[in-house]
Amino acid sequence: MEHWSLASKASAPDSDPQPPSVGARLASDPKVVCAGGFIVILIVLAVGAPLIAPQDPLAQNLLMATVPPAGFAGSEPGFLLGTDGLGRDVLSRVIFGSRVSLTVAFVAAGLACLIGSVLGLMAGYLGYVVDMLISWLVDVWMSFPPVLLSILLIAVIGTGLHSVIAAIVIIDWTRFCRVVRTETRSQAQMDYVVAARTIGFSRPAILFREIFPNVVPVLIALLTLEMGIAVVVEAILSFVGLSVSSDTPTWGGMIAEGRQIVHEAWWVLAAPLAALFATVVAFNQLGDGLARSLDPVLRR
Amino acid sequence: MLLAVIVNRAAMALVTLAGVAVIVFVLLRVVPGDPVAMMISPGAGPADIAALKAHYGLDAPLLTQFWIWINGVVTGDFGTSITLHVYVTDVLASRLPATIELALMALFVAVVLGGSIAVVGTLLRRTPGEAAIDGLNSILLAVPDFIWALALVLLFAVAIPVLPLTGRIDPALAKGFHTRFYLAESILTGRFAVAGNILSHMTMPTLALALPLAAVIVRLLKQSLKEAMVQDYVLLARIKGFRELRLVLQEALRNAVGPTLALTGVQFTFLVGGTVIVERIFAYPGIGNLAIDAVINRDFPLIQGLVLLFGLIFILINIAVDLMVASLNPRLRHA
Repeated sequence: MEHWSLASKASAPDSDPQPPSVGARLASDPKVVCAGGFIVILIVLAVGAPLIAPQDPLAQNLLMATVPPAGFAGSEPGFLLGTDGLGRDVLSRVIFGSRVSLTVAFVAAGLACLIGSVLGLMAGYLGYVVDMLISWLVDVWMSFPPVLLSILLIAVIGTGLHSVIAAIVIIDWTRFCRVVRTETRSQAQMDYVVAARTIGFSRPAILFREIFPNVVPVLIALLTLEMGIAVVVEAILSFVGLSVSSDTPTWGGMIAEGRQIVHEAWWVLAAPLAALFATVVAFNQLGDGLARSLDPVLRR
Repeated sequence: MLLAVIVNRAAMALVTLAGVAVIVFVLLRVVPGDPVAMMISPGAGPADIAALKAHYGLDAPLLTQFWIWINGVVTGDFGTSITLHVYVTDVLASRLPATIELALMALFVAVVLGGSIAVVGTLLRRTPGEAAIDGLNSILLAVPDFIWALALVLLFAVAIPVLPLTGRIDPALAKGFHTRFYLAESILTGRFAVAGNILSHMTMPTLALALPLAAVIVRLLKQSLKEAMVQDYVLLARIKGFRELRLVLQEALRNAVGPTLALTGVQFTFLVGGTVIVERIFAYPGIGNLAIDAVINRDFPLIQGLVLLFGLIFILINIAVDLMVASLNPRLRHA
């Protein structure tokens, strides 16, 4: 069988004037461009942190403690966003902190997406007993409020980056599963699937080569939104000291330190909080924009 | 019909709670990490450890432990907190009122704030004002309570230091209460200065919890209102010469509020979940703050009690929502 897909043919109508391609539509959405641009910059900062950060994020200098940001009385050259209570450069710590945030965003959201999608595809396409079982599991899972579940999970598996990622995956795979199942079910009714079955494609071939590509758009938007959630969850767990150990700079950890000395050095709280805010909003706006550009129903 | 809904829901709630109880118990027993290790002093010998385990019943077989625990739960005895050395029931009872007052206050603020903005947005529809509300709201929808809380700290505790940063009430005023519902009691007994002090402590945590919910309400309610505004009955009212505000409030709102109510109920459970971190940030003495301490200290009896309590609260909220939606839906009410 050649590498052609009935789905792609079916989705390219030749009657209407050619609609703009997905890429062009995305590029013309200011939301997507701004939010996407921000996240690309953030990824560059995280990957290149050792080269980009002006200072060592862990280097303490008690003589330089709580130096205000540039532009405020008492600021020091070389500390653009000031220093924290131990004299560490806030800007460098924010830059290094993006590493943990993005790692959690991509790994946790990615794994939740993977597990949720596989189960969702199975439930949606195989139907019957498999569907009943998986759907029941999702219902039970979702009746457990996320806060409760995360409290329990962290109590059970302990603290650390792996636990944070595990907790997010264990809690949030259901979001993907539910959406993918619904989407798969509706795709499975479409003519192109019937056609593929008539030609004699095998079930896995239909599922992964025909149906899955049509579920991907919804999935990408959902994945982006989930990354925003994961970043917040990591920050919260770092804030209460249940995430990575305190010698790794994290936004949540910085926020917790800044919260303690907020009256003496507000910038220690403000800088990581601004970074967290911008990242969360960016992931959200990107997810919204993607959903609107990629979803054939919302697009109209 | 309503009665059937209640009975059905109560039965399901019991099953769910029982499931939660079993899962919590099993999960907490299979974990590595010995709760007794947290309590012993450095000089304790094996005999002391054994005595301590016997004291808390941790030496019995798992099934026996579960039987003892579940018997206790049914009679309202959740055991003794390992770190606080008091009955779990007592800790929960002393902390719960603070959280109830905070959550209800936040719900109230969210509904009033979200509702008003949705109505204003509907009045301004197809104007730059509506576009501004939509644009701002799409950003606010992304901001969780955690970020709100800390932004409020920067604003009202540092930039404009008008609000107290931590606690529930000025310690000097926290006397002479008969209940733990400080706010309700001080208002009912006419101690308005005390009530004012409590409200000033509650302002920031309340706003942090209310704003995300308000954003959700704005989006959904405004959508429903706009749909209702083009219905025939609104047109008829407009022909009768009613003013626009009255059209929105009296005609459209009544028919548009259903979906928003249902969603607000579901979202209220998220708000209650949010109290965990928001109470932490403001050192507010509720059950959320307690939950984080319990996890950090691996205080198993307390964690079990808290999880069941949260589970019960979520179930009660869901039942209340179902009842409200059912009683608002004429087809269900009269069936």
